[in-house]
Amino acid sequence: MKIHEYQAKKILDQYGVQIPRGEVTDNPSRAREIAEKVGPKVVLKAQVHAGGRGKGGGIKLVGNPQEAEKIAREMIGMTLVTPQTGPEGKLVRRILIEEALDIARELYVGIVIDRAKEAPVVMASPEGGVEIEKVAAESPELIFKEYINPGTGFLSFQARNIAFKLGLEGATFKQGVKFIMSLYKAFEATDASLAEINPLLITKQGAVLALDAKMNFDDNALPRHSDIQEMRDLDEEELLEVEASKYNLNYIKLDGSVGCMVNGAGLAMATMDIIMHSGSMPANFLDVGGGVSEEAVKNAFKILVSDKDVKAALINIFGGIVRCDLVANGIVKAAKEMGIKVPMVVRLEGTNVERGKKILKESGLSFYHAESMKEAAEKVVPLAKQ
Amino acid sequence: MSILIDEKTRVVVQGITGGEGTFHTEKMQEYGTAVVAGVTPGKGGITHLNIPVYNSVAQAVEKEDANASAIFVPPFFAADAIMEAADTGIKVVVCITEGIPTFDMIKVKTFLNDKDCSLIGPNTPGIISPGKCKIGIMPGHIHSPGTIGIISRSGTLTYEAVQQVSQMGYGQSTAVGIGGDPIVGLKFIELLEFFKEDKDTEAVILIGEIGGTAEEEAAEYINKEFPKPVVSFIAGQTAPPGRRMGHAGAIIAGGKGTAKEKMEALEKAGVYVAISPAEIGQKVREALS
Repeated sequence: MKIHEYQAKKILDQYGVQIPRGEVTDNPSRAREIAEKVGPKVVLKAQVHAGGRGKGGGIKLVGNPQEAEKIAREMIGMTLVTPQTGPEGKLVRRILIEEALDIARELYVGIVIDRAKEAPVVMASPEGGVEIEKVAAESPELIFKEYINPGTGFLSFQARNIAFKLGLEGATFKQGVKFIMSLYKAFEATDASLAEINPLLITKQGAVLALDAKMNFDDNALPRHSDIQEMRDLDEEELLEVEASKYNLNYIKLDGSVGCMVNGAGLAMATMDIIMHSGSMPANFLDVGGGVSEEAVKNAFKILVSDKDVKAALINIFGGIVRCDLVANGIVKAAKEMGIKVPMVVRLEGTNVERGKKILKESGLSFYHAESMKEAAEKVVPLAKQ
Repeated sequence: MSILIDEKTRVVVQGITGGEGTFHTEKMQEYGTAVVAGVTPGKGGITHLNIPVYNSVAQAVEKEDANASAIFVPPFFAADAIMEAADTGIKVVVCITEGIPTFDMIKVKTFLNDKDCSLIGPNTPGIISPGKCKIGIMPGHIHSPGTIGIISRSGTLTYEAVQQVSQMGYGQSTAVGIGGDPIVGLKFIELLEFFKEDKDTEAVILIGEIGGTAEEEAAEYINKEFPKPVVSFIAGQTAPPGRRMGHAGAIIAGGKGTAKEKMEALEKAGVYVAISPAEIGQKVREALS
């Protein structure tokens, strides 16, 4: 799960990570009050789930509270287009207003789970303020890493190693060590999958602060963090994806025209791939679960038929423990209830497949049948182009 | 022959009295798997599906000589269940549970470091040596005994591969689902090592997907040390970056873990890479001719 910058900073603050003074608001006159409190010079930052905000005009430095209100009025309600939002952009509903600081250096520190090493890794770089992937590609020697042993946790000497390599000295060094240790504490305590401070700011006075903050969380661990779960912002997500998540369906909207509904994530991805190889593109990823139920089929239908980009659909079910006749019944019921608006190619395979096919044939509904994945894809692609 | 499990395998089911545990224990019994014990803490002493239930895995091992475990306990208790099983000296632990937090799995992997225990999963359909033993939730009847080993990160896509292979007239020595999570027990390389030693496995199908670098690591190993033919398919060629495709581990992060990179690495290692999922069976025939 993703959260906003202001939410990440609130969490980090609780674990002792230094953040600039500031507040979030959706109200321009409140922006003036906040600026009066933390300013006069402040930075206004659009709160959307996308990076590259500065490039799209989503981060503005202003000199006084009056100007803060004026700019806030422009920013709140604007559609922000950044390299990460796509051309349609994102509506700015809230802005974070923070004290403007004197920047001496911009560094980078981030924590992720290294899948190959099966451990969290703290990464730091003196090259802050730019994309870390770019630094990793161009000058990997400027990225310092410390892997965490889950038995001992993140050790002080590891934090010192990083702070020394970043070139911190004196009081700033001490603050830097504490900053990195606190950041790790927050990462571990919240079951985060990413905690990224870019840039990590060193002020002219030698203070160490998180100028920006990004946190993502392990979805599997969310049930044990109800406070973080509450931070989910449905406005930042695709409407149909929110709808699908209510029914525990894995759904992702894509650009193509062939809708698909498959049981199992791997088979769903493979179905998308074979649609591409047959000359079209998938309109979505939709996994109804390996042990697909009648209810799941019905809800998945709802999602599929409400996507206007879907010109034809491919239903690919490999019945394992679940019997194909049950699935077929679910498909027929859902299709009758929902009404089929687009041509549908159905490929059923596995347990009780013959009974399943019979149910589809006798339903009176017009499905196109396919014996294999390949045949299904080859049938659905021309239908989507009609 | 087969790898990891066979007719001598004696299974204890952790979480046997739960809904999933009950349903799949019955299916495993129907397949012929020797389920010799169940464990549900606090319910020790009862009999469930004609199987004695114990309070701990240690008791199940002591009384019933269980040498493999199947885990069907809820996600927040599953890591503990894996470590409990490994602590008894059980050699094969199959964790079916989906939704275990990553941090829990990091602890599990550290715990397993000095144990002689093969963990399959979590978030896996399980492992099957056709005709001998099935530990998991896959439909037994689509499998048939034979000489093809299968290692996969997916469930239903593995069934698809099994079926294609069967249509070509080949059966399977053992089919293993390694699980769809970012951190799992045995990965491709460890399983390839088992298949390398298995005299009855002629070729191996490796079904990967986007996310992580397990396929690239496997490619390197295959290139250097694996003498048998390998066929592979990587799911997610059309998956967008930054999105989790159903499986917790199926995500292209920071531009890394794409299907293209994996397919190229495998091809370079001499693997028969199926571009389309419909070509898996055909590629096996090609590899064996």
